[in-house]
Amino acid sequence: MTAPLPKAKRSKVSRRKFLIGSAAVAGGVAFGVYFVTRPPGNPLLRDLKPGEAAITPFVKITATEITFIVPRADVGQGIMSTQAHLIAEELDIDPTTVTLDPGQPHPAYVNAKIASNSLPFQPLDESFLPRTVRDLMETAARLSGAQFTGGSSSVSDLHEKLRHAGAAARETLKAAAAKRFDVAAAELRTENGAVILPDGRRIAYTALAADAALLEPVTDVELRPAEQWRTLGKAFQRTDIVAKSTGTQDYGIDVNLPGMLHATVRANPGRGAGLRRYDDTEARSLRGVHSVVELTDGLAVIADNTWRAFRAAAALDVEWLKPDYPATSDEMWRILEDAHVDDNIDSRLRDEGDVEESLQDTDVITAEYRAPFLAHAALEPLSATVLVEADRVTVWTATQVPAAIRDAAASMTGVAKDRVTLHALPAGGSFGRRLDHDYVLQAIEIAMSVPQTPVKTSWSREEDMRRDYPRPLHMARARGAIADGRVVACDIDTISPSLSASWFGRVFVVPPGPDTLIVWGAYDQPYAIPNYRVTGYRAPELVPIGSWRSPGACSNSFFHESFLSELIASAGADPLEERLRLIDDPISRGVLEAVGEMCDWNGADIGPGRGRGIAFAHSHHVPVAEVVDVSLTDKGIRIDEVWIAADCGTVFDPVNAEAQLTGAAVWGLGHAMNCELTYENHAPIQTNYHAFQGMRLYQTPRFHTRLLQQAPAVAGLGEPATAPAAPALADAIFAATGQRLRQMPFDRFVDFR
Amino acid sequence: MQLSVNGVTHDLDVEEDMPLLWVLRDELGITEPKYGCGIAQCGACTVHIAGAAVRSCQIAVSSVWGDVTTISRLGASEDLHPLKAAWIEHHVAQCGYCQSGQIMQAANLLSRNATPSDADIDAAMSANLCRCGTYPRIRAAIKTAAANMRNGE
Repeated sequence: MTAPLPKAKRSKVSRRKFLIGSAAVAGGVAFGVYFVTRPPGNPLLRDLKPGEAAITPFVKITATEITFIVPRADVGQGIMSTQAHLIAEELDIDPTTVTLDPGQPHPAYVNAKIASNSLPFQPLDESFLPRTVRDLMETAARLSGAQFTGGSSSVSDLHEKLRHAGAAARETLKAAAAKRFDVAAAELRTENGAVILPDGRRIAYTALAADAALLEPVTDVELRPAEQWRTLGKAFQRTDIVAKSTGTQDYGIDVNLPGMLHATVRANPGRGAGLRRYDDTEARSLRGVHSVVELTDGLAVIADNTWRAFRAAAALDVEWLKPDYPATSDEMWRILEDAHVDDNIDSRLRDEGDVEESLQDTDVITAEYRAPFLAHAALEPLSATVLVEADRVTVWTATQVPAAIRDAAASMTGVAKDRVTLHALPAGGSFGRRLDHDYVLQAIEIAMSVPQTPVKTSWSREEDMRRDYPRPLHMARARGAIADGRVVACDIDTISPSLSASWFGRVFVVPPGPDTLIVWGAYDQPYAIPNYRVTGYRAPELVPIGSWRSPGACSNSFFHESFLSELIASAGADPLEERLRLIDDPISRGVLEAVGEMCDWNGADIGPGRGRGIAFAHSHHVPVAEVVDVSLTDKGIRIDEVWIAADCGTVFDPVNAEAQLTGAAVWGLGHAMNCELTYENHAPIQTNYHAFQGMRLYQTPRFHTRLLQQAPAVAGLGEPATAPAAPALADAIFAATGQRLRQMPFDRFVDFR
Repeated sequence: MQLSVNGVTHDLDVEEDMPLLWVLRDELGITEPKYGCGIAQCGACTVHIAGAAVRSCQIAVSSVWGDVTTISRLGASEDLHPLKAAWIEHHVAQCGYCQSGQIMQAANLLSRNATPSDADIDAAMSANLCRCGTYPRIRAAIKTAAANMRNGE
């Protein structure tokens, strides 16, 4: 099921999807807007029993417990806790006393922000057209049931909805108490899970559930201003931190059901191609093996224990068919280079001044940059547990795309969508990998071979890395000019396969128009360079690719900021001062000024054997500036200090926000140092962490972070601090050594301790 | 074959070369040690055997030489083990998948060294991978736990 359709058929399908998608935007707007701007209904009402109240789709109260529906997936970014605290702030309850449930997929939980974030407009452009089209895309997202977690969009999408849900629940409970005790609602207050009567008596919310269930919910509520928040914006305890600090947190891979079988998969590492032949005689003879199942593009072993399944999978004698993409990274790089021709221009969303003219008469500065394929390699290997019964399917897994899984499970098994139950579980990391559901579809296919029996399918680490949808190969060619100590021209051509066509095509629908992910992090930077152009070139697909923490920006920011650093250095200007001079957005200037103040910026020269680098990125609606200090040691380059200043608007969860800033920077630095997937024989040769190290504790610098909270709109922090990390490190290494690093990973050229 | 885990002795009928990790997870249902790599490159499966931190994915069950301890048994009393308390205080975990292994590794360090320096922490902890990048807080939590253990908390 992961195999792409044959070419002719595939283009027909995407054409049809394209028409539906654009019809929703262009043709069906009036109906669509009307239809989807109606409240999408409350899915909790369906299963309510007498005496239970579901005041909004996010809050359910019974006589014994309170449940919050927290629909965005927790993949480590802490969003389950943040969602709970957003509701709890208005509901006046300790969220650790509440049951948190990711809920079932439903239009009430659609993520509207993510679709509008991918539009080809400058993110800071709030003029009529971008605003209108963003609204239309949010509408289209709701129409198509796009419930997913990604793009650092959860907080911006949900913070008002969840606080409103908490406030509506609170006011409805007060109305119930007012009626029962015959007092005015205005005389009541709420505190710690109870309504407080004027005489001081405390009536627990749970004791009011039956009364509240009979009332029309109060929805005309005002959100409390930030000055009145008791928890939000202050240091509070993550709802999952005790479980995750005591070994009691269960993840998707920890599911254990009575009578459960354990499976693993050995699929063609050449994505999209199937089996030539196989012999499973030896595998089936091993202890504990239940069966060997043929899948669309591989084999599964079902056994009574995961290790036995792994061992049998390794004993399979398999020959694979060749996929229709080149066998090696070298060949793929050549295709990318060859794709740099006018016919492949996909977008030119930044084109100011007269770039061609500005590059005529001066000494043109040129450079070429490269970013490799990268695996997500979340520490928890992919897994899913599935039980297929005659008229129902139950899935236990960690996912960012629950609605897509429900739909796929229904169509694969023939059961109705509302007979699919999805237990969304915490993930041991994702970094974008769980925006795909290939591993769940496989697990469904496997479980269909043993109906009535739950089967947990776990991938080995090797399978997880061989069968990733990696970050795309990406390269840029840049030209620029300087005059009178200033940057006057910057022309960046950025070349990559279309992530949007690859990923959206697998999980959702391919959106019309240019793929902004090819240029994200380059075209949308707030620099006012007099002659400034960014052109996206769409290369052939190569291998199927996926979203990788800050897609587009994670590569383009390296290209853009590195080239800007080269121009600034050639101009003899100060890297911080020249960026401040060129940036025309006050919020973005604010983070640069802040990071300069935090590190006592006084240029890139911080003494012999050392170097200081800086980079800025406007990534996922958040301006971030990072400064990196390195030292040269006899064991290699050491990263000493990193300063990060960012502005995501209001910060609801400051302890977690700091963790996301430093974690994203570790992610960006570690992969820039030493990670790549190199293809040979159609598959990556790096299949485990020995060959894909990332950053280790001894390499970790000291971090200093600041969030300015001046931006007018709220934005998420899961991704933004990744983008500037690699260019800031490259810039620091240049300051220390004079060597420009234009290709990641840097350990191809320098040693790190 | 017999195996003692967290003070309980289990009778097993498994292959001698089955790694301890999979005996714990799939035979005994103890899922605290995690599978991350299977080749001793991540440390998510770290448990103690006779008090020493080991990668349970690399130990054949037949060669286990002493009592096995997993994180739930770490700390003798009703109180939270100082490392667990420090992990909570510093909000170390993000996804948390590596943290049982990190804590078991840190416990081994503190049992040998009550006042670990940065270099000691680097040396003891750098084979435990955290893809979320929680390392700065791991360092801080180990120092807090060490201080609290010295003060008898």
